[in-house]
Amino acid sequence: MSEFLQRSVEYLPILLQGAWLTIQVTVGSLILSTLLGLVWATMRVSGIPILMWISASVINLLRGIPIIVLLFYIYFVMPDLGLSLSALQAGIIGLGIAYSAYQAENFRAGIEAIDRGQIEAAESMGMSWWLMMRRVILPQAFRIVLPPYGNTMIMMLKDSSQASTITVAELALQGKLIATSTFQNATVFTLVALLYLVMCVPLILLVRHFEKRGQK
Amino acid sequence: MIEIKGLKKAYGNLEVIKGVDARVERGEVVCIVGPSGSGKSTILRCINGLEDYQGGRIEIDGQHVDRHSKQIKAIRTEVAMVFQRFNLFPHRTVLENIIEGPVFVRGEPREQAVAHARELLASVGLESKADAKPSQLSGGQQQRVAIARALAMRPKAILFDEPTSALDPELVGDVLDVMRRLAETGLTMVVVTHEMQFAREVADRVLFIDGGVIVEQGPAKELLNNPQQARTQDFLRRVLHPM
Repeated sequence: MSEFLQRSVEYLPILLQGAWLTIQVTVGSLILSTLLGLVWATMRVSGIPILMWISASVINLLRGIPIIVLLFYIYFVMPDLGLSLSALQAGIIGLGIAYSAYQAENFRAGIEAIDRGQIEAAESMGMSWWLMMRRVILPQAFRIVLPPYGNTMIMMLKDSSQASTITVAELALQGKLIATSTFQNATVFTLVALLYLVMCVPLILLVRHFEKRGQK
Repeated sequence: MIEIKGLKKAYGNLEVIKGVDARVERGEVVCIVGPSGSGKSTILRCINGLEDYQGGRIEIDGQHVDRHSKQIKAIRTEVAMVFQRFNLFPHRTVLENIIEGPVFVRGEPREQAVAHARELLASVGLESKADAKPSQLSGGQQQRVAIARALAMRPKAILFDEPTSALDPELVGDVLDVMRRLAETGLTMVVVTHEMQFAREVADRVLFIDGGVIVEQGPAKELLNNPQQARTQDFLRRVLHPM
């Protein structure tokens, strides 16, 4: 045990650097996926056929491509097309785009769960589509969407480890590097797992809070 | 004020309104009665542009009502609607529900809208509920708030779509009371209802609709006390003496 602690003290600074990158990737891609997801979802419920078609196609395309392939594409293929990104940028954009499809479906479900009567009440007082979204639909959808949104946050935190495949030295990759150079697999990966868990706990509590509030 | 000419409406192949002509004059209270599924709510929803229609024409003060036109929003601010299931906004308080339209649709100053809303709440007997959420109110109270919300837009007319059908029987009276007082103020009202007593006392005219057509129309007392058509007689007998 004391050996474990001793090594932990030795590896932790490096792993914490990785954890910091994990947080950057997660927060960045969370923001991007939320914004893009809102765009897809709004297009999907707009009632305008071309926008609905585009949104549905994009969502299905993204759902059909593994995140890792998307990351490779952005990091290794885009430079050929003249767009070079740093590994961190590519990781954030790749994960953000990949997750925007799931965010969009979540948002759409929330919007479509709103009672039809709410839309009619808003329409019958002369609201425009956008005013109705802003004042009536989205505030109500927001509460419905929060618990699944929290779950997506947790999944994104863990999936940020996929950015390691394009050399983002986040927590999982740092762990692997230390493990290969020291052969202390058990110690290193136990620490890595603990660090992920520690980062997840606040999110898990947040989801529970959302769920409790949603029941009221 | 409201003019309906040759209105036809179909859902796919199912024709639900088969040519309806009707007029509502300013200040008039018109009740639309008839069996369920006869198309009476649909007519009301067409007047507000909540439904589109395939044939005929609806005009409100000469303005063509078309769900897909640009003027529809302007028309809707002048003709309010009260729904069977109230459709209050559950995430806003009673007061916020009432000022929503005036402030965000008509651009009234907030203080003015709030003052008006409090007057309206008092007039429906709910001044103490201004800060309650709709879920804390009974159905009858919610419907009275919905009526206040409709009035807040200072509409030329209010359309009521079975306003008491979703209420427990003991709560119906308060809502009808409010509507009766509104009728006395000279507000133009079109009311789809099953409350024959209300129609008899408050309505100027009654339209009896069955199978998507107006079977009979006339002054309320005349039509309800002495219906001419067999279908009207049959309907009224069943409504007034269900046993």
